[in-house]
Amino acid sequence: MSGSGSDGMPGDNTPAEGGTPTGDALADHEAAHPAGIVTARIPQSLRATMHSYVRHLRSGETGSVPAVVGAIVLMVIFGVAQSNFLTSSNLVAITEQAAPTTLMAMGLVFVLLLGEIDLSAGVVGSTAAAFGAVLSVKHGLSWPVVILGSAAFGAVVGLLLGWLRARIGIPSFVVTLSAFIAFQGVQILVINSKSNGIQISDQTLHNLYFGRLTPIAGWIVLVACVAVYALVKLIQAAARRRQKLATEPVSVLGLRLAAMLVFGGLFVYVMNIDQAASWQQREGIHQRGVPWSSVYILGLLVVLSFGLTKTRYGRHVFAVGGNEEAARRAGIRVLTIRTSVFVICSGMAAISGLALAGQLGGVSTGDGSGNTLLLAVAAAVIGGTSLMGGRGRVVDAILGGVVLAILQNGISDLLQGNNAAAYQLIIEGAVLLLAAAVDSLSRRART
Amino acid sequence: MSDDHDLPVLRLRGITKSFGPVDVLKGVDFEARRGHVTALVGDNGAGKSTLVKCIGGTYSIDGGEYLFEGNPVTVKGPRDASALGIEIVYQDLALCDNLDIVQNMFLGRESLISRTRTLDEPDMESQAGQALASLSVRTVSSVRQKVSSLSGGQRQTVAIAKTALWNSKVVILDEPTAALGVAQTAQVLDLVRRLAEQGRAVILISHNMLDVLQVSDSIATLYLGRMAAQVKTTDVNQTQIVELITTGRSGSLGLQSTNGAVS
Repeated sequence: MSGSGSDGMPGDNTPAEGGTPTGDALADHEAAHPAGIVTARIPQSLRATMHSYVRHLRSGETGSVPAVVGAIVLMVIFGVAQSNFLTSSNLVAITEQAAPTTLMAMGLVFVLLLGEIDLSAGVVGSTAAAFGAVLSVKHGLSWPVVILGSAAFGAVVGLLLGWLRARIGIPSFVVTLSAFIAFQGVQILVINSKSNGIQISDQTLHNLYFGRLTPIAGWIVLVACVAVYALVKLIQAAARRRQKLATEPVSVLGLRLAAMLVFGGLFVYVMNIDQAASWQQREGIHQRGVPWSSVYILGLLVVLSFGLTKTRYGRHVFAVGGNEEAARRAGIRVLTIRTSVFVICSGMAAISGLALAGQLGGVSTGDGSGNTLLLAVAAAVIGGTSLMGGRGRVVDAILGGVVLAILQNGISDLLQGNNAAAYQLIIEGAVLLLAAAVDSLSRRART
Repeated sequence: MSDDHDLPVLRLRGITKSFGPVDVLKGVDFEARRGHVTALVGDNGAGKSTLVKCIGGTYSIDGGEYLFEGNPVTVKGPRDASALGIEIVYQDLALCDNLDIVQNMFLGRESLISRTRTLDEPDMESQAGQALASLSVRTVSSVRQKVSSLSGGQRQTVAIAKTALWNSKVVILDEPTAALGVAQTAQVLDLVRRLAEQGRAVILISHNMLDVLQVSDSIATLYLGRMAAQVKTTDVNQTQIVELITTGRSGSLGLQSTNGAVS
């Protein structure tokens, strides 16, 4: 069954008496459960869906809209100002540059959901990558072992941080600030080299980072993703219909799928443009395809989002972030949840550190310090994750990471002269502040 | 509702509880019956909250008998209490603003799809809708509303309806109408009545004598850590209850010797 009024009962029995004043205008378009049972009200037409979406935005649930609008505005501005900004090679560069920050931000979302902060993620991530570099270069271990070792290093550090926060009760700001300082020292000890760095001559990590899918594989991944998404949505809708619950109209699902195909298709198309010179192409040398880093991010997005939205664990993370006391009374093990988010964050930081090492071709002391971490926090917040806890999504990190990468790439070309770096820092700081302001204002609008 | 209607679901005998040198409960007797609303009243410091926390397992009792459905039980923590079927709605409600009504009602007890171990949202949504319908709740328009968008009365409704979801036998409500307006108070009192009509023993803590007289079947009055009297609501008037609350006695009712020790 499909289309509006999917349960065969038009919305004639919406129990609206005494309801919120805003809901009644849409009653005609919304289906409710028969027999006076109140369940979810879901808009039953495309128009009603748009109305309800606008209502959400007005009530302060801005979600990822600022990030998407910001990305588009920045692309237009830089595209007009610089002739080479919207070239495929530059867009590929932006996509690749965004990866380390995005990966770190994806882990930070979990910490931010509890209203906590992890200031040490940048340094811990790079220390974990240095640990991996030592395993590979000095001990000759294979890359799967190295990657697992780095991630485990991060997870163990996260366990320590989480334990200090949850069991001892030290504020996360202090715990992770201490770790931020201390792990800069640990990083030096791990690297233990006069040149303050370890070159990774083995190309595996480099290739894992800079590798590209073949053009065909890029399209296959896109189509497979959209198909799986559609399948999951249809299975979910069928489950809802079995319980006689209102479902989303098929037109809305169609619109979503179309949007995924259009934007995903545009992305794959641009990434597939061959950047090799024409003489290289005649020789069979190509530079094209979706970057591997984008594929890893997509995979981790699916895994982490699944954990956060479809499992009991994820629900409990939101609950602890929303009201710790309520979560405790509901029997949720608050301390375990609080510890676990630091493990996830530091583990993702380690993966981010490896990506950075792949990008730079090695590790050196000082990697991951400076504003690495703050940029990742900015990415999550720009994407729509709240600094106050309780609200956020993993995909926010990606949206915010892309906005930041566009900004950094565009600004660094636009600003020239001696003070370019200074202005770049000032602008990045201002953008983080702007995102936090949007977060605070939208929070105020909702209460 | 049940054939052993006269047997109290919850029966306390001579409950004592002290915090260091302070005796808060000095041998309290109390009972709550199936299908009845039992009001628990008393002045500030009389021991209402302590008694409720002893019933709910937050505090362990120092002495006395705790009988549940006629059997002596030891309640060592909130989990023991909820395992028996005791649900408490605290005054501060403890709802997560960032979650919707369904998510709040199932918090900590989410249904899972057995095959995938993922959240069974349709099942939870349907059950939440049925629980609200069984209590004739018509004040929420969608169970997928965020709790942050609800009014005080709606929040109270959600918190109370949560207790109807589970196989609860005793529901304790701590000042459910304290912060509500007239219309919302009436709605919540209706809800209290319906919880009892569904066969639960409802314990209502309130400072509002009108609410107590309107909705309860019996009234238990605590006075300085002792049970002054537990009487049928129809047998007393407002003046007598106020006397019991303030002095511990009213005519032949209540503690006849306020300085005598209770053995």
